[in-house]
Amino acid sequence: MDTTKETISTEAQAAPTVGAYLKSHMRDYGMLIALIVIMGMFQFLTDGTLMRPANLTNLFLQNSYIIIMAIGMLLVIVAGHIDLSVGSVVGFIGALAAVMSVNYHLPTIVVVPVCLIAGLIIGGIQGYWIAYWRIPAFIVTLAGMLVFRGLTLTLLQGQSVGPFPDSFQLLSTGFIPDVFGVGRPNVTAIAIGVITSSIIVFLAARTRSRALKYGIQDEPFVFFIVKNALIAGAIIYLCYLLSTYRGLPNVLITMGVLIAIYTFVTNSTVIGRRIYALGGNEKAAKLSGINTERLTFLTFANMGMLAAAAGLIFAARLNTATPKAGFAFELDVIAAVFIGGASMSGGVGKIIGAVIGAFIMGVMNNGMSIMGIGIDWQQVIKGLVLLLAVIFDVYNKQKAR
Amino acid sequence: MENIILEMRGITKTFPGVKALDNVNLKVKEGEIHALVGENGAGKSTLMKVLSGVYPHGSYQGDILFNGEVMAFSGIADSEKQGIIIIHQELALVPLLSIAENVFLGNENIEGGIINWPHTFKRTQELLKKVGLKESSATLVGRLGVGKQQLVEIAKALAKDVKLLILDEPTSALQENDSAKLLDLLLEFKAQGISSILITHKLNEISRVADSITVIRDGASVSTLDCQVNDISEADIIRDMVGRDIANRYPARDSHIGELLMQVREWNVWHPDSLDRQMIHDIEFHVRAGEVVGIAGLMGSGRTELAMSLFGKSYGKNIQGKVSLRGQEVDVSTVPKAIQCGLAYVTEDRKELGLILEETIQTNTTLANLERVSSRGVIDETIERRVSEEYRKAMRIRTPSVFQKVMNLSGGNQQKVVLSKWLYSQPDVLILDEPTRGIDVGAKFEIYSIINQLADDGKGVVMISSEMPELLGMCDRIYVMNEGRFVGELDKAQASQEKIMSMIVNA
Repeated sequence: MDTTKETISTEAQAAPTVGAYLKSHMRDYGMLIALIVIMGMFQFLTDGTLMRPANLTNLFLQNSYIIIMAIGMLLVIVAGHIDLSVGSVVGFIGALAAVMSVNYHLPTIVVVPVCLIAGLIIGGIQGYWIAYWRIPAFIVTLAGMLVFRGLTLTLLQGQSVGPFPDSFQLLSTGFIPDVFGVGRPNVTAIAIGVITSSIIVFLAARTRSRALKYGIQDEPFVFFIVKNALIAGAIIYLCYLLSTYRGLPNVLITMGVLIAIYTFVTNSTVIGRRIYALGGNEKAAKLSGINTERLTFLTFANMGMLAAAAGLIFAARLNTATPKAGFAFELDVIAAVFIGGASMSGGVGKIIGAVIGAFIMGVMNNGMSIMGIGIDWQQVIKGLVLLLAVIFDVYNKQKAR
Repeated sequence: MENIILEMRGITKTFPGVKALDNVNLKVKEGEIHALVGENGAGKSTLMKVLSGVYPHGSYQGDILFNGEVMAFSGIADSEKQGIIIIHQELALVPLLSIAENVFLGNENIEGGIINWPHTFKRTQELLKKVGLKESSATLVGRLGVGKQQLVEIAKALAKDVKLLILDEPTSALQENDSAKLLDLLLEFKAQGISSILITHKLNEISRVADSITVIRDGASVSTLDCQVNDISEADIIRDMVGRDIANRYPARDSHIGELLMQVREWNVWHPDSLDRQMIHDIEFHVRAGEVVGIAGLMGSGRTELAMSLFGKSYGKNIQGKVSLRGQEVDVSTVPKAIQCGLAYVTEDRKELGLILEETIQTNTTLANLERVSSRGVIDETIERRVSEEYRKAMRIRTPSVFQKVMNLSGGNQQKVVLSKWLYSQPDVLILDEPTRGIDVGAKFEIYSIINQLADDGKGVVMISSEMPELLGMCDRIYVMNEGRFVGELDKAQASQEKIMSMIVNA
């Protein structure tokens, strides 16, 4: 009927040059580059202290709970909501764990699952009001923030409770022992690094070859090689650095596994896809047969569980539960997600982006503390970085139009 | 020689990778109604954005001459100062503010930094009289229907001392009689010496009011026709728009009507928020395999409410009635159940209810039936990609790849994505609510062909439309709806616009 017009749609475009490709994907790589620049800057400003094995280990331990919560928060924000209660839930779960372990001497193997289920229920209750009663998440979780802060004080009767038994402390301060028996450097750590990076490179190559088969690959080959070499190199180098200290912290493994699982869920599963659809256009999603209420409910329940996990790790790290634990964590977590490129209006955002966002915040906290910058100026700088990151994102979006 | 109020000379506008406008010329005479026509995506809106300063001077090539002077607008405020006012397709009114507040929004009557409300209300009342809107200037805009809101927009333009009024598809959401009123108003303005540019898809409107016509195709001005000199037929305009003759606006189809597919009985629906308001009364209808059934009626007659209530109770829960598919009574009380039963509903409002605009064609295509491209909850992207690619080709969605975000597509292509989504859910019966609204002539023909193909494949199609010629051209049978009731049923052979109208009027 109209063959003239059909020719307008070109089937395959010529592969762009590396520079052009990078420019058009600035949004995807921008924050990663920013993280590397910030790390380089602090490495220089702190005379190399930042990347010292002991400090690096510390950096992971300090930020693990923020990253774990950022994963859950990403889903909440992609679904078009917000959760302000996570900081209080961290405090509450820490208190619950302390009461169970210290006051009632329950074994860790019981305390951990009970706390995770408690988090799941807390998230579920909040999610219920948000999903089925359509009460704005801001209000429900603001209420939750107050309620659980108050309950934390009640549980602890206003005092710090601790110390935890050794088995509980392992959650945070434990390290993967060296199965090869060398100890220092920890050969297991290096082996895990090599295996992980091999898996990542293998998966990337498989995706690429599939994409090539369909003629839908516009990533230049040089770029692909350099990118994966850098990622693999970075992972192995990090593991090597950590191996010269005490090896890989348990928390790092927990974090890595969670990142992998949730990246898979968001990229490749039906439920992940539906969360993006829900956040992108709730009405259209509903009319496409998606149970939007249940999905919203589940995202909050999941957030509650991850906040509980973070609460356990944080309590184990301090080795005590304090009434102030988790105070203002929600702000760091939300900032991390937005720095990582999620959209305020929902429907857009990636797990890896949120993780990078959390690391940017973490490296800045750590670097500035080493440099002896006061908490006052740290806050100012962090605030400005959050603003800049979002401006950068919006600017890139406008340029793309 | 008549006075030329506006001349756009050799306008070229490029976006990264795309030449949206290529040497476009447009001349508007003082005091005329100038129609600007072209397919969706032809560049009409881009041209108007250049004119109104949304794309500032320097971001395009070519000249804009207004009253003989070269203009260099750096924003909308500049062009409005000159009296060039544009009314967009999507109305820019604040629903929770009053008519008066909206009319003078951004143009407030200020005395010493304070708004003079009595004066504002008085002037608004005068302006409302001019546009023929009988409402108090204190009424909230959200309470008005689309037709009246359109008039408020025009009053807003008049408040700014308009010299050239640009209307972007002003009647696309209006009922026949509201449209007629709006066109009369344009003629009245013409008598007062206000020039206007009318962007529209409706050719009958053009032949009614336009003095001259500029046709734009693929970003270039194809022709300018003077209606006073030549006798211009609709076929001429269509040929210029699409670059080909459409001998018949509706593709032919031999009906092969088969078994009874869907039957709806004693269908009653009440308003979701108030049980006192019954929206649908005792509706009974059926669709057979291979049949296209139309539902005609005015806007507000309850057609969309009927469709939404059938499709998984998407219109409140206060619904009674029975639905059978292939002779078996079925439960369609939730959207997933309705889809499971083989029902699909293509919504009237694509952007609000049909698509995830931020997502790709691929994601949107599979959204209503992700189970089919996944196993144990994990999506197989290779299959998904192949499926969406098949639909892209079958539907002739014009885009380089299925990874294009749907927000970047034209209206016609977006509608094809919505159709792809519902076809992939493998329905037996499709309810299409205004399937060609806001779509250009060429794409309409393609949508009609798709509908015919569906009927040939033995599916039942229910088509809701406000355009009667479309229903007459496409349907085997037409139900006429008025105020929540079916007031008549016509076979293709008996049906005519006059008969449908008289059924509505005499109901």
